[in-house]
Amino acid sequence: MTSTTSRTVVVGGGTAGVRLVDRLAALGAADGVTVIGEEPHPPYNRLLLDGVLAGRYPPEVVELPRPDGPAYLSGVRAVRIDRDDAAVVCDNGDRVPYDTLVLATGSSAVLPPLRGLSGTAGPGSPRLPEGVRTFRTMDDCLALAPRARPGVRAVVVGGGLLGVCAARALASRGVRVVLAHRGGHLMDRHLDPRAAALLRAHLESLGVEVRTGCRVRGLLVRGSGEGRAVEGVETADGSRTEADLVVPACGVRPRTGLAAAAGLTVRRGIVVDDGLRTDDPRIHAIGDCAEHRGTVHGLAGPAHDQADLLARRLADPGGAGGTGRVPLYRGSRVLTRLTLTGPRTGTGPAPNPFSAAGEGAGDVFDLAAFGEVAAGPEDHELLLSDATRGSYRKVVLRDGRLVGGILLGDLAAVGTLARAWEGGEPPPGHPIHLLTTDGGHR
Amino acid sequence: MSTTTVDTHCPYCALQCGMRLAPKSAPRAGHAPADAVAEAPAGAPAEVVERPDFPVNRGALCSKGRTAPAVLSRAVRLTGPLVRDAASGELVPAGWDEALDRTAAGLARTAEVHGRAAVGVFGGGGLTNEKAYLLGKFARAVLRTPSIDYNGRFCMSSAAAAHQRAFGLDRGLPFPLEDVPRSGCVVLVGSNPAETMPPALRYFTELRENGGTLVVVDPRRTRTAEQADLHLRPRPGTDLALALGMLHLVVAEGRVDEAFVAGRTTGWPQARAAAMAHWPELVERITGVPVPQLREAVRMFCDAPSSMVLTARGPEQQAKGTDTVGAWINLCLATGRAGRPYSGYGCLTGQGNGQGGREHGQKADQLPGYRRLDDPAARAHVAAVWGVDPGDLPGPGRSAYELLDSLGREVRALFLSGSNPVVSAPDAARVTGRIASLDFLAVADVVLSETAAMADVVLPVAQWAEETGTMTNLEGRVILRRRAVAPPPGVRTDLQVLNGLAARLGWEEGFPVDPEEVFEELRRASAGGPADYSGITYRRIAEEQGVFWPCPETGGASAPHPGTPRLFLDRFATPDGRARFVPVSHRPSAEEPDAEYPVFLTTGRVSAQYQSGAQTRRVDELNAAAPGPFVQLHPQLAERIGVAEGDPVAVTSRRGRAVAPARISRDVRPDTVFMPFHWAGEGCANTLTNPALDPVSRMPEFKVCAVRLEPAARA
Repeated sequence: MTSTTSRTVVVGGGTAGVRLVDRLAALGAADGVTVIGEEPHPPYNRLLLDGVLAGRYPPEVVELPRPDGPAYLSGVRAVRIDRDDAAVVCDNGDRVPYDTLVLATGSSAVLPPLRGLSGTAGPGSPRLPEGVRTFRTMDDCLALAPRARPGVRAVVVGGGLLGVCAARALASRGVRVVLAHRGGHLMDRHLDPRAAALLRAHLESLGVEVRTGCRVRGLLVRGSGEGRAVEGVETADGSRTEADLVVPACGVRPRTGLAAAAGLTVRRGIVVDDGLRTDDPRIHAIGDCAEHRGTVHGLAGPAHDQADLLARRLADPGGAGGTGRVPLYRGSRVLTRLTLTGPRTGTGPAPNPFSAAGEGAGDVFDLAAFGEVAAGPEDHELLLSDATRGSYRKVVLRDGRLVGGILLGDLAAVGTLARAWEGGEPPPGHPIHLLTTDGGHR
Repeated sequence: MSTTTVDTHCPYCALQCGMRLAPKSAPRAGHAPADAVAEAPAGAPAEVVERPDFPVNRGALCSKGRTAPAVLSRAVRLTGPLVRDAASGELVPAGWDEALDRTAAGLARTAEVHGRAAVGVFGGGGLTNEKAYLLGKFARAVLRTPSIDYNGRFCMSSAAAAHQRAFGLDRGLPFPLEDVPRSGCVVLVGSNPAETMPPALRYFTELRENGGTLVVVDPRRTRTAEQADLHLRPRPGTDLALALGMLHLVVAEGRVDEAFVAGRTTGWPQARAAAMAHWPELVERITGVPVPQLREAVRMFCDAPSSMVLTARGPEQQAKGTDTVGAWINLCLATGRAGRPYSGYGCLTGQGNGQGGREHGQKADQLPGYRRLDDPAARAHVAAVWGVDPGDLPGPGRSAYELLDSLGREVRALFLSGSNPVVSAPDAARVTGRIASLDFLAVADVVLSETAAMADVVLPVAQWAEETGTMTNLEGRVILRRRAVAPPPGVRTDLQVLNGLAARLGWEEGFPVDPEEVFEELRRASAGGPADYSGITYRRIAEEQGVFWPCPETGGASAPHPGTPRLFLDRFATPDGRARFVPVSHRPSAEEPDAEYPVFLTTGRVSAQYQSGAQTRRVDELNAAAPGPFVQLHPQLAERIGVAEGDPVAVTSRRGRAVAPARISRDVRPDTVFMPFHWAGEGCANTLTNPALDPVSRMPEFKVCAVRLEPAARA
């Protein structure tokens, strides 16, 4: 190397990795950066995949900006970290040396233990029966989209955030969707039963058949070997549901294999300190694969926070111009947000700017939730419900502090709630203001 | 000889409202727009008379305009030169010859000892086109210094830079204000005309009366926001994310005008990718604006048959102001809301001649006609008009804040005209210290401003009603302010001052004192440039209620060019005629709140005061309406720090401390305090502001910094 530029290698071209590179570029520190991305596509915004599946965007529209400066290795998988030699070994035989290594390997879809299902999820998982596909990557999306035709029958297994999004996207293509959820109500990690009932009603209005308390225990498969194809699912009560498509949406798992094999501390995720460092000070981890103070966030907001902070640390190792005050990550408190967009009221190409013809979002379902939404006996629960307008708002307080909340249908207070949740301080005045005001509106 | 009125314009903001002036004592016998007007006695305040035929304000005036003649009173202004007495250190009266001699000697000595670049010139956005033009010529041709810039840098430079990038031309509004009520939807971003240019509010009222919708983006519930159909209240410094979020929704909802994008723009895929990286829920998290409100704004903007985005200082005075304006322009381009009737992006320029002031050579990188100082052809053209060697023209110099920050170091002598940076510059205490460290300072002003009080020589100059000159208002309309009264004895015009200084520095010719003669030269200097004034004459301005540039001279043979009220309808001013998308991404403000400084400070204006208050703080009626600074804060914040209405609050940033009474209001976000910046002294808001600069426009971040609050002891 003739250059004195420090070599930073980022493993992972997903939300966290791309954001890191974008911020490094903005700080003028993207030279000498290499991104190793396993997926063969240009970096894209994973959060918009349901829009691609729903047919709202062609795939190229969700591509993320790629700043000039870094080198991008697409379709290349990192297979090993050689810490002694400070290099990443790739599946194409390349060795990419690093001074700083950032693991942004994200997470992969969890496959539920279903009878008839064998193989693993993710890229290069050919052994799933035909018609079974997780919904996590662009490849998943490209595989599902052509099958998602009107009249096709699909079962989405899992009624969490991802399953709800997948069901909604498939339904908007005219697919007859059954959403099978083990728990007693949809999105049970985020919602209470009443909010979940409103979500369910919304999905049903879109033609999704929601089954709660419904455990799928096996796939019905015809054929054998490479020719196996799914025909339906079997549930724990023994009943069968025919399906042309089965989409397991049973959560994600941090991808920690590289780190574990390299001897880094891994619990649920790759363990990092407040500097987002693993126990090797040259190796950092951010995003879905990282575990910070016992938490694996698994959301885009914290991934951005971590990427932004790490970019500042890497761009200015001395901290605030040599003061030694390097920024630290203290965790993120974000709202889980869900926006289900209904069919457009108009379709087709560009609207005529001189006509007021209705284009737009159509019927929309907005949801925000955070923290603990089931109030304990000592907690203070405050809720406002308006059945006519389909809005439901609730906060849970413990010892005067906000511990959880739900906004559904009416999000005017979302800014206030987010601020109170992020701030962590007891909200001033009566907590009713958390639900009725927006940023201090009268 | 009949006593009559004179057509002129208000001395204050960029609206440049038309008004008539009549000598207060004399009966008004009629109106004569011609030059044959009897002047009021020297120093006698004139009276303002309505001028309903001028289209911009149709007779309406705000309290500042109505009371403007009060500043003509001799009691509040300078009436003779002052020089600093070496023995006492005080400013003492002096004759003009002594004052000009000392100024010329001060500038020349610095050039001799420290080099030409060590002599600086700082101008103002309130100067007429003629003054701005000659001030630039004085710097470039006489002083031959690159060190010239002006306070307009603090006003519209981010919008100017974004305009140039996207459209290839910078004119505040690409259409006359009369188009605003004919649009279907207007998004006002960080603009509060109800306070800053009250007569313009009528355009937005009419818009709504005509069935159009008004969307206001402002962290505060201002009097303008109260008029809105939809008010979005982003966290300070997040307008960029908000615009990206709207553009994202435009894509998501299939509202892109693909035909317009394909036919009239370049760069869409990159700009779209940047917008797609800012999905609505992320934007909600950054801005605090709920996604449903964002969708509603998009619906209003796109469902209307035509729509506009107008920005002002809110989004522009940020360290990412250029990109922020660029994001709003991208929204207009993607939806086909530019270069079409009643649609487009515009900037509501602030200062009286904020537009013209930037076109004729006060700006560090520009020559007259909005020519670039680093363009050899532009240098040759202007050098020929001035009769100098193009090689003798200096290159581009420092931007306004950088120039002020170099005072006493690289730049050691300063000639300052029509500006009061002690109050109006960011990090004002630091700037004041820099000014104090100058070897020599000369200030030309109407009143003894806080900055003039620090000068070695103070040159009292004539003002709006006492001299003729042209201004270019926020629409790009060149208007004529006529002399109505004679300046008091002992006062000279800026043109006379420049004439006297140039003569002492070896230029007997080339600095006329007659404004029309200067304008004729300006016409030639601007000919062929982007801001071409060559077809504009005083006569045409008077006859046509102003003329919109560009207006090239057509020669006697063909019909005169009509001027250009509406730009870009056929093509944009880029080489290929297409507007350019510029991909922009959100980034945090230079200083975000933290544990030590947990609250946002944003600054702005009140209707009864203007800029640094040098003029308006001398008008009793305005002081009665707006007597002093205040800290606007939310009741929750007031309760937390323990202050009640009217209690003195100390506001501290990393740069300084200001104290002003609390004004408790739910109109401001609980995480933000607001201070108007019109006052000097203890309540000077700019003591706190952050001089972090936009990398393109060099605009300081007046609108966002982090502060801490505590109760202050009562004085």
